[in-house]
Amino acid sequence: MIPTTFEYTKATTVADAIAALGNGDGKILAGGHSLVPALKLRLNQPERLVDISQIAELRAIREENGGLVIGAAATHNDIATNPLVRSKLPMFAESAGQIGDVQVRNRGTIGGSLAHADPAADWSAVVLAAGATIAVQGPKGARKIAASDFFTGIFMTALAEDEIITAIHVPVVAGARATYQKFAQPASRFALVGCAAQRTPDGQVHIAFTGLSDTPHRDHAAEAAVSGKPLDAAAIAAAAAAAGEGVSINVDHYASEKYRKHLAKVYLKRALEAIA
Amino acid sequence: MHLEYREFLGTLGSNSNSVYMGNKIHVKVNGKDHQHEVEPRLLLVHYLRDTLRLTGTHIGCDTSGCGACTVHMDGQAVKSCTVLAVQADGASITTIEGMANGQLHPLQEGFHQMHGLQCGFCTPGMIMTAADLLSRNSNPSEGEIRHALEGNICRCTGYHNIVKSVQYAAEKINKEVAP
Amino acid sequence: MSTNYIGKSVKRVEDKRFVTGKGNYTDDIVLPGMTHGMFVRSPYAHAKIKGIDTAAAQQMPGVVAIFTGADLAEVNGVPCGWQVNFKSGDTMKEPKHPLLAHGKALHVGDPVAFVIAETREQAKDAADAVEVDYEELPAVTNPAAGVQAGAPLVHDEAPGNVAFDWELGNPKAEVDAALAAAAHVTTLEFVNQRMAPNAIEPRSYIGAYDTTSDKYTLYTSTQNPHLIRLLMCAFVLGIPEHKVRVVGPDVGGGFGSKIFHYTEEALITWCAQKISRPVKWTSTRSEAFMLDAHGRDHVTKAQMGFDANGKITALKVHTYANMGAFLSTFAPAVPTYLHGTLLQGLYTTPKINVDVTAVFTHTNAVDAYRGAGRPEATYLLERLIDLSALEMGVDPVELRLKNLIPPFDGVTQPGYQTQVALQYDSGNYQGVIEKGLAMLGYADFRKAQKEAAESGKLLGVGFSTYIEACGIAPSAVVGSLGARAGLYEVGQVRVQPTGKVSVFTGAHSHGQGHETTFAQVVADKLGIPMEDVDIVHGDSDTVAFGMGTYGSRSLAVGGSAIIKSIDKIVEKGKKIAAHKLEAAPGDMEFANGKFTVKGTDKSLSFGDIALTAYVPHVYPADLEPGLDFSSFYDPTNFTYPFGCHIAVVEVEQETGKVALKRFIAVDDVGNVINPMIVDGQIHGGVAQGIGQALFEGVEYDENGQMTNASYMDYCMPRADDLPMFETGSQVTPCPHNPLGVKGAGEAGCIGSTPAVVNAVIDALWSGGHKVRDILMPLTPERVWTAMQ
Repeated sequence: MIPTTFEYTKATTVADAIAALGNGDGKILAGGHSLVPALKLRLNQPERLVDISQIAELRAIREENGGLVIGAAATHNDIATNPLVRSKLPMFAESAGQIGDVQVRNRGTIGGSLAHADPAADWSAVVLAAGATIAVQGPKGARKIAASDFFTGIFMTALAEDEIITAIHVPVVAGARATYQKFAQPASRFALVGCAAQRTPDGQVHIAFTGLSDTPHRDHAAEAAVSGKPLDAAAIAAAAAAAGEGVSINVDHYASEKYRKHLAKVYLKRALEAIA
Repeated sequence: MHLEYREFLGTLGSNSNSVYMGNKIHVKVNGKDHQHEVEPRLLLVHYLRDTLRLTGTHIGCDTSGCGACTVHMDGQAVKSCTVLAVQADGASITTIEGMANGQLHPLQEGFHQMHGLQCGFCTPGMIMTAADLLSRNSNPSEGEIRHALEGNICRCTGYHNIVKSVQYAAEKINKEVAP
Repeated sequence: MSTNYIGKSVKRVEDKRFVTGKGNYTDDIVLPGMTHGMFVRSPYAHAKIKGIDTAAAQQMPGVVAIFTGADLAEVNGVPCGWQVNFKSGDTMKEPKHPLLAHGKALHVGDPVAFVIAETREQAKDAADAVEVDYEELPAVTNPAAGVQAGAPLVHDEAPGNVAFDWELGNPKAEVDAALAAAAHVTTLEFVNQRMAPNAIEPRSYIGAYDTTSDKYTLYTSTQNPHLIRLLMCAFVLGIPEHKVRVVGPDVGGGFGSKIFHYTEEALITWCAQKISRPVKWTSTRSEAFMLDAHGRDHVTKAQMGFDANGKITALKVHTYANMGAFLSTFAPAVPTYLHGTLLQGLYTTPKINVDVTAVFTHTNAVDAYRGAGRPEATYLLERLIDLSALEMGVDPVELRLKNLIPPFDGVTQPGYQTQVALQYDSGNYQGVIEKGLAMLGYADFRKAQKEAAESGKLLGVGFSTYIEACGIAPSAVVGSLGARAGLYEVGQVRVQPTGKVSVFTGAHSHGQGHETTFAQVVADKLGIPMEDVDIVHGDSDTVAFGMGTYGSRSLAVGGSAIIKSIDKIVEKGKKIAAHKLEAAPGDMEFANGKFTVKGTDKSLSFGDIALTAYVPHVYPADLEPGLDFSSFYDPTNFTYPFGCHIAVVEVEQETGKVALKRFIAVDDVGNVINPMIVDGQIHGGVAQGIGQALFEGVEYDENGQMTNASYMDYCMPRADDLPMFETGSQVTPCPHNPLGVKGAGEAGCIGSTPAVVNAVIDALWSGGHKVRDILMPLTPERVWTAMQ
């Protein structure tokens, strides 16, 4: 319940934040809902925290080139209640409303969640299925990382230690249907298995899982079973049969490998039925 | 209760006399301005309880799970155990001590009327979370109330009377608002 | 005045401070010069402590003192309060439970060093700097495994890890013969899993010592301050009791876990004297999960025999009861006198034998947890009878009714003598079942269930009846059963000169609302407004003595002590009034706050008499002034609340997820003083019982690590997991205490668990899944797996 000591800097611009972060021994603090719990248990003992929550541009949600740009420091509640998100990316609002509890949603941020890369976090499946891009910035400049390249392992991402996430760019495809379906771990309410699915009018389907494996991922086998086909019972059953195969499945207190894989199939089916 | 240790409250000593290292914060708590130098690692809940001696905000866990420490920060319910005091710089905080305004807040009255509390330990956090709900949704269904309170654990009541307490408050607020 | 508080849902007196944030829990208290303690705790379940290096920690900023086991080698351990001997007559094994581990750590979290510093932060930083050299040793966590040959030994003095063994009831040979002759025998082997109590206020203690008066003060989040003082002074620290004040301020829930005398309480008191400064320690939730005494943890095999007509002929039970590494205060009583004695249940079973083996393991101590033994007994009976009904193809309600003990009032009819030592006080068991069935609409439910099954939905109903022995307890009886203390209660009623009344009770509310309920009783009995009554509890300097609040005893035992004092006040008041009115004391009557000469309109008010007692100018010559009486009440029997609980669930076929649709609780807790508070107690107990059935359970891995020691992993019931509860009541007064009350604190937690499990099994059978049993908690995975 008592963190180790650290220095604290409140950044007012992204450039300030990058300068203050330094290399390796600093940590970005936004909502703090991934970091502060780890600090309290001393699982994480940084030298320095750089608070980016007051940088207005990082909290903004705006339209750009037909898509939406969600600032990294936008809270889950900002996203769940934002009219633009609700009308153009309803899956984002739907999933934001399922994260943690109201207090967590009021503070926790999308950027913080993605950077922390908890293998059971909700956002990972959603950004994967939506084909989003993660905009990051560091001393060497800005770059964009496709969501499908972002998650590299358990609590591991393609983000360098001296970089910060600035925004999530999400394409908005007219006529696309998308949903996030989650079986919550009963205690933590993280995803025991979460499945995000998006179908664009061209018949292409993106399917992504969180909680299922140590790394959130697109399930290409399941996608192949339904992409370009009518979303009928047979196609959905085929996708469910293909889902969760060929990846290492998480095992914990609440779900064995067999059960978790079964849930993946059930929740994939529910997701596809919801967007059919 | 006639327990004489009450005399110690709010006057003497502190839970935390850390050597503070230069982070000055300016916080408005229950309408009152406070300025302190705090260690960056100081949690908002410890700042409220130890520095300001507002002990109505409780600590029930160390993993941000129980909700006993819920306060409002700029009008929204937050778990004050998961906010650093330095993050509250410039913010306006409301704790359970700031809810009654001459008379009990409808939620405080509701919890009393509907027996929404037993040991009282989770109660401040419950009331603060319920207030967040009622500020967004003045007429919540039973399901919406239960969903809104999922981040607050009560071991005494089985939540039955807490739900009724929130319903009582919603009804009272709506009556007051109605012409 | 005529008052009428008893039986009314009077709103609680204590609420105002709690809803405004003005409650005063131990961690809210700050004493001048107070220091802060943090523990260094063993990360291993079983380890040799080869060395402790505190040198670096000693040099850390703010450190005041560091103590290790070596510093306490001469200090006693915390005692066990109940002795249950072996069947052979040998004394139970009671290894020393030291305040700090010395030489060996015997469970994860065993305290190895205590670091005291100026601030909490400094204490934590320094505790992290203490270096301990451990040699990890093999551990055993399961009691059935603990008794196997070659299992790692917890204490050298307890071979086979057996703390004691114990047997009760009819001779085993007779029970075996009855089972052999039975037309049907149902056998069930199961685990009643280990529970973490989870009072939301973590334990917190402040020790203080005043050098000039040589007086100690301990503020403690406890359910019984006086018992803590007695145990700590007489058994642990050897300090004189009159020099120790123990205060239990507002306490944020207990559920049993705050009954016991914990090592930290004694250690902190001892440290305060050593450093001559107050010391505070407040448990983190992580520590609470690991160290607040757990509940249940029985590994049981039970057999129930029936004759061809479905009458129960015999019950045979063997239980391995996990004690953990040390015997906690009441631990030996739980699987024995609070469990074995309840195996009659509500049924006429003629032959019962129960055999218990209590086992040490490398785990946290197990002790009383809401219900304590009685939920385990009820779960066993109600699962067995339900399973028997399924196996025999009969209706579970019919089978229960067929075996039910007939009604008796305990006044004109004698109490019911069980096969397992107890004599029930009064009961109308059929009544609660019938009421429950009516609330449920049983026939309609079965129709709906059938329709649901046809459309692929799994609906189930589960029944449970229970009886508990509470109002703990007649001292002579429990003394003969091994209690090392009397379990009476103390109630002092002090009438102030102005007629206001202060009541001092040894019961100690930690959520039960004594300040309201007791005041209702006193106000009614004295005919004065409730506002004129103040209930004082929780401080050994103001309350003469007490045994605390647990075992649903506060009103039945503590309330009765208050009634005894009120009787003495009325008696003395009559003498004073008679003198003033120039009548004979025998001609006086007291009602509605007035002393009246019978058959006349000559009367004096309660206030007049109070004033006269303290300003005794016109006063009986043979009477002392004052109006202040203290009484001890020792009950003549336990009280026996009972009830019928019914759960309706829907099981999601695809995932095994259980949705609780309805929960009906019909409880008979005797007379009711405040129905609102009784309902609240039932709600909370039911939620806890549902928690055990569906969500909760402490898990240890093979190394003795608790794998779900946080709210991220241990699933507490949340608001959105539960429905509104439907409560019904019946009143069969207790015949042997003055208020006719039986106790309501544990009832909900006893009846609910088997009802929920039975409902899930019923739902599965409705869909053709003939599942006999599922291990609790019934997680979605376990239910789904059972259907495969």
